Amino acid sequence: MQNQVLIPPAQFALILDRLAHQLIEHHDFSETDLVGLQPRGSRLAERLKVHLEELLPENTVNCGKLDVTFFRDDIRTHEKPLSPNVNDMGFTVENRHVVLVDDVLFTGRTIRAGLDALLAHGRPKSVSLAVLIDRRFSRELPIEPNYIGKHVDSIGAQHVLVEWAEEQELDRVILLNSKPQ
Amino acid sequence: MSDSSSLSQRSLLGIRGLTCADLDLIHSTAREFKDVLNRPIKKVPSLRDFTVANLFFENSTRTRLSFELAEKRLSADVVNFSAAGSSVKKGETLVDTVNNILAMKVDMVVMRHPHPGAHHFLASKVDVPIVNAGDGTHEHPTQALLDTFSLRQSLGEDLTGRNIAIVGDIQHSRVALSNIWALKLLGANVRVCGPHTLIPKHLSKLGVEVSHDLDDTIRWADALNMLRIQLERQGSEDSVRFFPTLREYTMRYGLTLERLGQSSKSLTIMHPGPINRGVEISSEVADSEHSIILEQVENGVAVRMAVLYLLAQKRG
Repeated sequence: MQNQVLIPPAQFALILDRLAHQLIEHHDFSETDLVGLQPRGSRLAERLKVHLEELLPENTVNCGKLDVTFFRDDIRTHEKPLSPNVNDMGFTVENRHVVLVDDVLFTGRTIRAGLDALLAHGRPKSVSLAVLIDRRFSRELPIEPNYIGKHVDSIGAQHVLVEWAEEQELDRVILLNSKPQ
Repeated sequence: MSDSSSLSQRSLLGIRGLTCADLDLIHSTAREFKDVLNRPIKKVPSLRDFTVANLFFENSTRTRLSFELAEKRLSADVVNFSAAGSSVKKGETLVDTVNNILAMKVDMVVMRHPHPGAHHFLASKVDVPIVNAGDGTHEHPTQALLDTFSLRQSLGEDLTGRNIAIVGDIQHSRVALSNIWALKLLGANVRVCGPHTLIPKHLSKLGVEVSHDLDDTIRWADALNMLRIQLERQGSEDSVRFFPTLREYTMRYGLTLERLGQSSKSLTIMHPGPINRGVEISSEVADSEHSIILEQVENGVAVRMAVLYLLAQKRG
């Protein structure tokens, strides 16, 4: 079976636009911050920030980059050593509403680590979760997203890859039949 | 995975044996831990299932505190041991002492020992990662790692071709040797400066310049690492002295603001501590904007967290 394009560029743009509108519908961005999980979720968070600021010219949206490496539950059992990414939270989330942003939600373990990592930056009033891709039926923890770009039903051996124009020329999502090396 | 995400060594016995990639990995990991240390909650759960034994067969205050804080910030369990008042006094050997501690399910050993090479010996006898926290006058790798980390933050990431001088009691200093290895790995030009009696004979074979003139060294250097005169390692009161008097040493090798004025650059001043104010460095210099002495101490915890974190990872 060939690798399959799940979301082509035109649909990708529509989905980002819809996610931004959904966020505005539910959040007052004078009290809400975006926090992208490093490394791939922060790209989505940056994009959403640009969309939101276009839609809400009077607001500046805080957008942090949160690295969860040190909070993972598989640090010492992972077959490859885990190297940390840059953590760049220029604000505290004390008493703020936070939208955690990641590209692909799979087992839920990264989000679990993300919740722990977030609490080191203050006690948020609420946390919700926005993801571009929700790989359903593969959760290992009771974690569900509030905002979803697209549901994908895939088997464990497959891999969902989000490509960004900043790095790979096109915005699109691909389903790979095996994990890239 | 490429080598860039794991260390080439299982233990940190010395800087000798590390690669340039190891140094880069430790420093880039330390940068993230430094960020952790500046958060409201300065602790991560990375090593919560991990126990570290700190074995200090020689006195230490700051290194021990720094290691202990690093371990606690990583959520590791910590047991401390010091040779004073222990079974070592009853004649137990080093390997027996360590094996007894390891039998209590300890995952890593951080050790300071007065005998050079004690860590290499131990590493061949036990099956856990060992971190050298100083072995006699031989090496003190975490100090060199934090010194070079601090230098990179002060002078810029690339130390290639930068002039770094190590001044003072080179003969009795483990910091000097580790720093020389580390700086050479990073491509810096290294010069040692001190009286003839305090510079080991064949040091120039390591590829370092040797100077006995502090004023000339100040004009040459981008950064100075001032070492303490280790009177406690220089024999008893009656033995042959390495220099006539402390006052004479200070006259020739003490760093003062007046001397610093000869440099056309803004020099970075380091000191591994404890500082002897008025001997190797004057109070004015130690407290001046040139000095990064307290930053070194702050960076020490982050660098040690990086070393512990990287050594604790599963080995392939």
